[in-house]
Amino acid sequence: MPDIFDMLFLARAQFAFTIAFHIIFPSFTIGLASYLAMLEGLWLKTGKEAYLTLYRFWIKIFAITFGMGVVSGVVMSYQFGTNWSRFSEVTGNILGPLLGYEVLTAFFLEASFLAIMLFGWNRVGRKLHFASTCIVAIGTLISAFWILAANSWMHTPAGYEIRDGIFYAISWLEIIFNPSFPYRFFHMVLATYLTTAFVVVAVAAYLLISGKKNPAVITMMKMGIIFTCIVVPLQMIAGHEHGVSVFEHQPVKLAAMEGHWETHTGAPLVLFALPDEEKEKNHLELAIPKLGSLIVAHDINAEIRGLKEWPQEERPPVAIVFWSFRIMVGIGILMLFTAFAGLWLFKTGKLDSNKNYLRLCLLMGPTGFIAVIAGWFTAEVGRQPYTVYGLMKTIDSTSPVTANSVGMSLIVFAFTYIVVFSAGLGYILKLMNKGPVDPSHPETDFESKPVLGTRLDIGDYEHQLKISSHPITGEKPG
Amino acid sequence: MESIDLPLIWAAILAIAVFMYVLLDGFDLGIGILFPFAPKDEDRDLMMASVAPVWDGNETWLVLGGGGLFAAFPKAYAALMPSIYMPVGFMLIALIFRGVAFEFRFSAKGVMHRVWNQAFHWGSTVAAFSQGLILGAMVQGIALEDGRFAGGMFDWLTPFSFFTGCALVWGYALLGSTWLIIKTENELLHWSRQMAVVSMIVVIICLVIVSLVVPLMDWTAANRWGIHYPNIDWSILLPLAPIPVLTAVCCWLLAKSLSDRKSHHKPFIFSILIFALGYIGLIFSFYPYIIPYSLTIHDAAAAPNSQALLLAGTLILLPMILAYTAYVYWVFRGKVDIHAGYH
Ligand code: HDD
Ligand code: HEM
Ligand code: HEM
Repeated sequence: MPDIFDMLFLARAQFAFTIAFHIIFPSFTIGLASYLAMLEGLWLKTGKEAYLTLYRFWIKIFAITFGMGVVSGVVMSYQFGTNWSRFSEVTGNILGPLLGYEVLTAFFLEASFLAIMLFGWNRVGRKLHFASTCIVAIGTLISAFWILAANSWMHTPAGYEIRDGIFYAISWLEIIFNPSFPYRFFHMVLATYLTTAFVVVAVAAYLLISGKKNPAVITMMKMGIIFTCIVVPLQMIAGHEHGVSVFEHQPVKLAAMEGHWETHTGAPLVLFALPDEEKEKNHLELAIPKLGSLIVAHDINAEIRGLKEWPQEERPPVAIVFWSFRIMVGIGILMLFTAFAGLWLFKTGKLDSNKNYLRLCLLMGPTGFIAVIAGWFTAEVGRQPYTVYGLMKTIDSTSPVTANSVGMSLIVFAFTYIVVFSAGLGYILKLMNKGPVDPSHPETDFESKPVLGTRLDIGDYEHQLKISSHPITGEKPG
Repeated sequence: MESIDLPLIWAAILAIAVFMYVLLDGFDLGIGILFPFAPKDEDRDLMMASVAPVWDGNETWLVLGGGGLFAAFPKAYAALMPSIYMPVGFMLIALIFRGVAFEFRFSAKGVMHRVWNQAFHWGSTVAAFSQGLILGAMVQGIALEDGRFAGGMFDWLTPFSFFTGCALVWGYALLGSTWLIIKTENELLHWSRQMAVVSMIVVIICLVIVSLVVPLMDWTAANRWGIHYPNIDWSILLPLAPIPVLTAVCCWLLAKSLSDRKSHHKPFIFSILIFALGYIGLIFSFYPYIIPYSLTIHDAAAAPNSQALLLAGTLILLPMILAYTAYVYWVFRGKVDIHAGYH
């Protein structure tokens, strides 16, 4: 049992809490930025109002989410120093430049062009505005590239040497393109796309259920369903390949994910179980014989090593890894069902009228976030008791600060995040509830408040000039 | 690579990043500090609109400062952060509240609208104050043993750091109000000038107090200016004299430009110069230490190949960043007028 007044436990709890909070926002902004770029591109190409309406609708939500992503991200970049200073000292030569490149190649790019994307409609031309949207989208992907390279290196370290207990780089290419990086990068980027797509579909479903049907909403629904039909299977393939790589590089994590205590040739696939770390066995196990080996090693009789092959203190917490993995995969399967059921309804022309299906879509809305967090828990908790797999223990990574300070700051962060998150979520839900407003009936849009200090006025700019007078002189412009 | 002093180059890059941060986020934090004192709520809309497109980019310099310290001087990052654990925590929490206030304030109505106004104000003020605390703690020196932090959790809390905290709040208010002089018109412009005058007076008083207190305290910082109270080594102090003299000149020019109704850009420029001179003075007090006065830039440096890798990219990317940052400021140039969108 962890001692909750222990500095190590508190620092881990704080890291897990703040990163799990932070990742909620990138999971949505990375996908949404690409979606916005696509919408604006389609609008420029086809001139269809529906695309522009959708762009205007989602950009407001994007602005709020991005803001929360930025402020929670700044916290992360300081946490390495405050709570994990020994980790920073020992891995700084390797992780430092990767995170440095993230700032230089991604964060400045995102922040600067976000300004033009949100506020630049009347100041730059359409092409340049579209370019800015694309740059922001690319920036979010570059950001994911570097941070996932850093994180993957911690799982599968490569290209380093250790002198006097400090890591030194030998080959930067091996460090960046370490064995688990390609899988993690694709799996994560697809995860953000899926998360976004299911939110989009859920909002469309909600608007259809509540009778706010218009061409933009239909477009949203159709785009979302077709997109998920392509991406969910891709994500499953990427996840499968990722699992094979875990089997190769982190066998003890795989054993925990699969709930294997004993070494088997022809290991079963455990569907359900309650892993018991003290008795070193599963209760209430439900398993399919041989399937485990077939999936992981592509051979019915392959050997999979069980947890008992490692001394107790080298094993990760089994139940968390086992269950978070199942939550993620379970959601993946639900997503597959939702996507293809939608495709079938689309073919038969009932996509926007089948109430039960629309309700299912609504329920699926938040599942992307849950799968992302569950996936990260599988990966990170499965790496325990190491921060750098096999080389640096978590217990040796902490800072010389007291449990009191860590505990206090954890409480304050938790309080802050809960307040900020509830407020942000409230404003986002309010916007979603209103739905995309057709600019051919702009009068319905006027009571909307500007987001981020400006009206995102595109179609109704002219109109607005006519109704507003100067705040100080009182004169009417133009 | 042997002939290039990589740690020195990195120290210079970090010094630039930190200065860019102080300058850029300084003025938008300053706007938050002055926020509740604005005459009308419409004025607050305008004040916020004047920085809404740029605050995120401004704050990114803070991430570069922290990230750059981690990348180029991991030992310094590892030693410094635990020593300023609490002020960094205050700063981060404050930055969260003020950052989200930009968006939330406009989505909220009624009471919540006022709550986010306050969040913006207090977030900005506490962030500025915490940065001042950190500065004060560094001037007094940080206790390390074997390159690791070995002091207490409250070492940063002293009357002096409390004072530097307040001073920085006023300094940012000066940057914020002179920025508003560039961006606003009519009554709000008039009010901004008044705020700038008040902030300027307080900043000058703070500068004088620091110049008197630091020498009396006989900290290492004072010794580096040749002051071992009551003895003064003029051969060290005199060559450094242009710094305080130029600072005084800039203060005078600032006062003059504030009284000239036709000058809109000069007050901001002179405020920047005052900050720059103070900053140069600080670098003289610290060099070659990255953690005053126990860890030098060479002791704390990352491995040469790590510093070199990042330097290669920085030399290409930093000019690009400066260029597109300048472009964004140029796109949003001119006076703000929220009701006409942004012209
Ligand atoms: C897969 C993607 C991903 C992951 C795993 C992380 N982040 Fe993140 N982060 C992003 C993707 C991202 C982003 C998409 O680039 C964000 C989200 C919203 C945003 O504004 O940019 C961002 C913002 C963001 C910011 C603010 C940037 C700014 O000022 O504009 C910082 C400092 C960090 N992150 C730092 C971190 C650290 C230290 C992490 C790990 C411990 C981390 N992020 C995990
Ligand atoms: C973004 C998604 C991420 C999530 C949700 C996540 C989640 C977690 C969790 C839950 C832990 C605690 C494990 C435990 O203590 O049992 C942890 C630990 C850790 N993670 Fe991650 N992580 C993420 C990304 C990253 C990245 C990108 C990095 C580094 C570049 C990183 C570095 C670390 C470190 C240093 C620890 C050590 C602290 C510890 O073991 O508790 N993580 N993470
Ligand atoms: C259904 C098929 C899926 C399989 C077989 C699968 C497989 C995996 C595996 C093996 C890992 C662990 C990697 C490690 O420990 O290092 C992982 C992690 C992860 N999964 Fe999945 N996954 C699936 C679906 C999903 C879905 C639907 C999402 C989100 C929408 C998702 C998001 C994640 C994330 C964010 C991580 C952590 C980051 C990483 O290590 O890549 N996964 N997945």
